[in-house]
Amino acid sequence: MLQLSPALAERVRLPGLTMTAALMTLVIAASVLSLTSGAAGLGLGDLVGGLFGDGLTPRDKVVLYDIRLPRLALGLVVGAALAVSGVLLQGLFRNPLADPGIVGVSAGAGLAAVFAIVLGGLLPLGLAATLGAWLVPVAAGLGGWVTTLLLYRIATAGRHTDVAMMLLAGIALSALAGAATGVMTYLADDRQLRDLTFWGMGSLAGATWTKFAAALPLMAMALILAPRLARGLNALALGEAQAAHMGVDVQRLKRLAILSAAAATGAAVAVSGGIGFIGLVVPHLLRHAQGPDHRRLVPNAALLGAALLVLADLASRTVVAPAELPIGILTALFGAPVFLWMLMRNKTLRGG
Amino acid sequence: MLEIVDLSVRLGRRAVLQGVTLTARAGEVLVICGANGAGKSTLLKAVLGEVPADGVIRLNGHDTATARPGTLAPLRAVLPQDTEVAFAFSLADIVAMGREAGDFAARPEVDALALATVGLVGREHDDFRSLSGGERQRGHLARAMAQVWEPVGPNGPRWLMLDEPVASLDLGHQLQVMRLARGFADAGGGVVAIMHDLNLSSMFADKMAFLIDGRLEGMGSPANVMQGATLEKAYGCQIALNTAPMAGPWLLPQVCGPA
Repeated sequence: MLQLSPALAERVRLPGLTMTAALMTLVIAASVLSLTSGAAGLGLGDLVGGLFGDGLTPRDKVVLYDIRLPRLALGLVVGAALAVSGVLLQGLFRNPLADPGIVGVSAGAGLAAVFAIVLGGLLPLGLAATLGAWLVPVAAGLGGWVTTLLLYRIATAGRHTDVAMMLLAGIALSALAGAATGVMTYLADDRQLRDLTFWGMGSLAGATWTKFAAALPLMAMALILAPRLARGLNALALGEAQAAHMGVDVQRLKRLAILSAAAATGAAVAVSGGIGFIGLVVPHLLRHAQGPDHRRLVPNAALLGAALLVLADLASRTVVAPAELPIGILTALFGAPVFLWMLMRNKTLRGG
Repeated sequence: MLEIVDLSVRLGRRAVLQGVTLTARAGEVLVICGANGAGKSTLLKAVLGEVPADGVIRLNGHDTATARPGTLAPLRAVLPQDTEVAFAFSLADIVAMGREAGDFAARPEVDALALATVGLVGREHDDFRSLSGGERQRGHLARAMAQVWEPVGPNGPRWLMLDEPVASLDLGHQLQVMRLARGFADAGGGVVAIMHDLNLSSMFADKMAFLIDGRLEGMGSPANVMQGATLEKAYGCQIALNTAPMAGPWLLPQVCGPA
């Protein structure tokens, strides 16, 4: 199912544009579905009325504009950011197992986010005021960046990336970040503890336009930068030396890829906590469907990531309604088996 | 023109290359020979900027130490020894990468032509990693050919840098690849190749450069360079030299022992 036979895979490979169109349709469908489902009983008819007329009650307007729309917007950018971040890390490490969650980048970003939540008050007033709502995403971006640099330093000796080292370094970095996060909870006061708990659940619940605006700049930077790195990442699949011989400024490519992946992951983690495996599953599915060309992979991964996360969010708030399942549980439920599957195919350890 | 002036490379404490000065001209095939560890690969790596080196290297007048990768890519393509490819890129994808790195991004028909020169037509959609060692080598050669598809461009001659281009090829494909290199030079391009097969080198090279312990110990036409004394010094064994019916020196390793 996940592993098509080569002949079948060849037959079902869609041209990039067809795939992009199909994915756009999926994003729109998922968005409409998400906007019209929920506890408030606001359906499709109400939505159409609300957008093209004035048939909405004030209560419905609040539900639509202040609850569902920001949640949808946040879900779309978080999903896109996580998927693109996965594509970038995988291209950089030349390996399909490099997911921001698995290799510890999310944990590093999370630790920095926790630092910012708990110790933000210690910052000079001017700095804290300037950053405002951006404080946590910016801190998380920086945390992700430092973690990615460390990871790259550990896993890539000379010009060769060791997959086992990459995964082990990810475990170590995650453990360290987890422990440090644990220590921070003892330093937090009651209000901060509540913030931490909500944040750590990995959820889009509590999405607001403020959160969306806080995360958007970093994610936009990554999503705008990523397509420009696509040709370089293709060449990098042949190794650093060959990429350089094909005109790629390899050092610059690596710097920008690390920066973009960290910014996207950091912003996503800052506003939605630990949502794993989107960055692993989305590129994996797309490589089977359309091949590994990063020029198509980057935009299509953004679309599929956005659609999948919105659908996962929809499921998370409907399957156990009126309660809500943390979305991270759902993505892990589907993502972890894919990860295991990829591990079991020995081939992927060499870059399948 | 490729100019190498007083090139020295140290790897750790070892001086791998010492004071190498040589010039390769467009329109010629220059073969670099020498025993294992004589510094052949290091010389090529230095020319390609893969190892730090003292001295000056200029390609068509560009100092390769300071030129941007984007400036050099349309001027010279590189055939590496087997290099691992990540992800399931098809042979066609790989060749297109080379073409788009050069001046031929707007000419997709070059891919098929380049594949035809190495005899891999019909394999375009194969996963590159599923090809045999020899096929991968020819696939990489097609990529290099596509990058410098026309031997002469607006910025002077283009160059093929080949690291043991026939290492994993059968006899027929060895000749095919050497003819490709010869044809590229005859059309005005430059070829620099590291070779172990002295007979093939003698047949196809205009000039041969012998490296012995990191020093250039002989540079010139095959007839001038392939002398018994040089070969004995280079390879540490006695070699009987003959002349091939087609002209040029020709040898069989015989009665090997200390020189």
